[in-house]
Amino acid sequence: MEESSIVKYYLRKIIIAGLVILAVLWVITPFVISILYAFASKTDYYSPNILIPLHYTLEHIQKLLDLGATRAIINSVIVAVITIIISFALGLPAGYAFAKFVFRGKDTLKLLIIGLRMFPILVIAVPLVTLYIKLGLNDSLLGVALAHTAMALPFVIIISSSIFAGVPKELEEAAMIFGLDRKGAFFRITMPLALPGLTAAAIFTFIMSWNEVFIASVLTLTNRTLPAFILTSAMAAPDFIKFAAGFIMIFPAMVFVFIARKYLITMWGITLK
Amino acid sequence: MVDVHLKGIVKRFGKTIAVNGIDLDIRDGEFIVLLGPSGCGKTTTLRIIAGLEKPDEGRVLFGDRDVTYLPPRERNVSMVFQSYAIWPHMKVYDNIAFPLKIKKFPKEEIDKRVKWAAELLQISELLDRYPHQLSGGQRQRVAVARAIVVEPDVLLMDEPLSNLDALLRVKMRSELKKLQRRIKVTTIYVTHDQVEAMTMGDRIAVMNKGKIQQVGRPDEIYLKPANVFVAGFVGTPQMNFFDATVEVKDDEIILDASDFKVRLPKDYLPVLQEYNGKTVIVGIRPEHIYPEGHAPTTAKKLSWIEGTVDFVEALGSDTILHLNTGSMILVVKISGSHHYEIGSKVKVALDLSNIHVFDKESQVSLLYKKQREVQSS
Repeated sequence: MEESSIVKYYLRKIIIAGLVILAVLWVITPFVISILYAFASKTDYYSPNILIPLHYTLEHIQKLLDLGATRAIINSVIVAVITIIISFALGLPAGYAFAKFVFRGKDTLKLLIIGLRMFPILVIAVPLVTLYIKLGLNDSLLGVALAHTAMALPFVIIISSSIFAGVPKELEEAAMIFGLDRKGAFFRITMPLALPGLTAAAIFTFIMSWNEVFIASVLTLTNRTLPAFILTSAMAAPDFIKFAAGFIMIFPAMVFVFIARKYLITMWGITLK
Repeated sequence: MVDVHLKGIVKRFGKTIAVNGIDLDIRDGEFIVLLGPSGCGKTTTLRIIAGLEKPDEGRVLFGDRDVTYLPPRERNVSMVFQSYAIWPHMKVYDNIAFPLKIKKFPKEEIDKRVKWAAELLQISELLDRYPHQLSGGQRQRVAVARAIVVEPDVLLMDEPLSNLDALLRVKMRSELKKLQRRIKVTTIYVTHDQVEAMTMGDRIAVMNKGKIQQVGRPDEIYLKPANVFVAGFVGTPQMNFFDATVEVKDDEIILDASDFKVRLPKDYLPVLQEYNGKTVIVGIRPEHIYPEGHAPTTAKKLSWIEGTVDFVEALGSDTILHLNTGSMILVVKISGSHHYEIGSKVKVALDLSNIHVFDKESQVSLLYKKQREVQSS
């Protein structure tokens, strides 16, 4: 009787471990393949007998950078940063209002904000281009950033409102009793406590903008962001160049997440959602 | 230090009325307790005094200063929250020093005051820690230290002990009370715990449904409850209530409670005369009913009835009998440990000098109504 329960216990553990390994492989394999092939030498890549390349080179990356990827990376970072700044400047106050106040039409507004994401980008792309040409925003980084802001804003509002709701209102009320006004209480109490969550939101916004390809391709010609550049330039190139392009896409995002990760988990030993 | 006056405070949230016309005068340096069940409006009243809510009607006065529409920071009040509201991103020292920093005290003065408050609450060795490294009781002390460090005019406490375990609660009760006596700050304390209210308050304001039911010293609240609600809310086990018909005969009054009759002495004649033939609510506390052999020698006016033991709660220090008198259960509290057989018959005496009579309609006490009318006029 006891023996069988021990067997059951370990069997369960093994099955769970197996499922976890499977899930990890599922996620990690494409990364490993594209990273390996991004640095594989030309001969190794084309040799039918070699699965895991033995000779590595920076040649493909170098070639891509020379072709204009450097400029595209800088453009992408600029667009992502502007997107974060604008969407946070607009989204945080809205998120705070949703979290801390009760007002008429609150639920309808929330629904409308989520509803904004309902329209396929494809549908608004052409009118957007015409509008941008009229405004002189076409082929500008600010233009792309504004379009990305429109895409990121609903997300920033909803996420930040749930982050602010996670900071107990008594903490702010205590600050107001002990001498601050609401603005002071927000900046000195709520903001520091919400920071880990907001960092996470910033990372997601960054990655969304970094990855976004369609609008960026439609709105720019000479000032390409990285995905738009890759789509228009690298896709005609040999496969190993494509893998190198993939690596350039992944790498900065990965570094960004690794650096910011520790802010996500704990700060001052407390965890807010 | 200041006296606080509430004048006709009304607060609505949508269609519900949280506070329904409260008048209360709190003396300088007094420890007053707002006592009531959850949802009675006591916390809302406290938040209105703090400035966290604005009343829809009425005025809040600190001394002769009208603070009704002042933001909290301009009132010089302090508050201890139920959840303590210690800022998790600041060390204990910074938590306590924060109110002083905001008010731009010089550095040495801040240091002096923080150390003074920490000493008073015995948390000096915790000043360098973060709140998450503290136990519930320690956090509570930090919250109190932060509240007294600014020497507020009014100290507000919103159920500060309700998140502590039972032993610690008893300890903090006396500590808070002693602390308040030492620094003599006007204190308004909200609780639903009647024992806290009785042990800590100089006066108690019992609230229900957004209204103050009675204000008085703890012994007044206990011995002379103004109505059925106060009588039933304060005291454990709860006061026994039963309906009875009043019969006035020559020079005695009989309360006919269907199961038994109680003969009241003629002292009650002035208040009960007009109720001849009408039904009233009679109340008597469990410790004012004595089984045979347990009646104190001082109790003179007794009325004996008989009942069957239905249930016994042996608490060690007290024995609580549930006595079936036919159609109702009377709860009887005897001090000490005693054995009673379930189903056995017991004769008990009602102490007629501690009996309460309430109007059936208004639920107001008939005995103490006249007294209060004299007091208030």
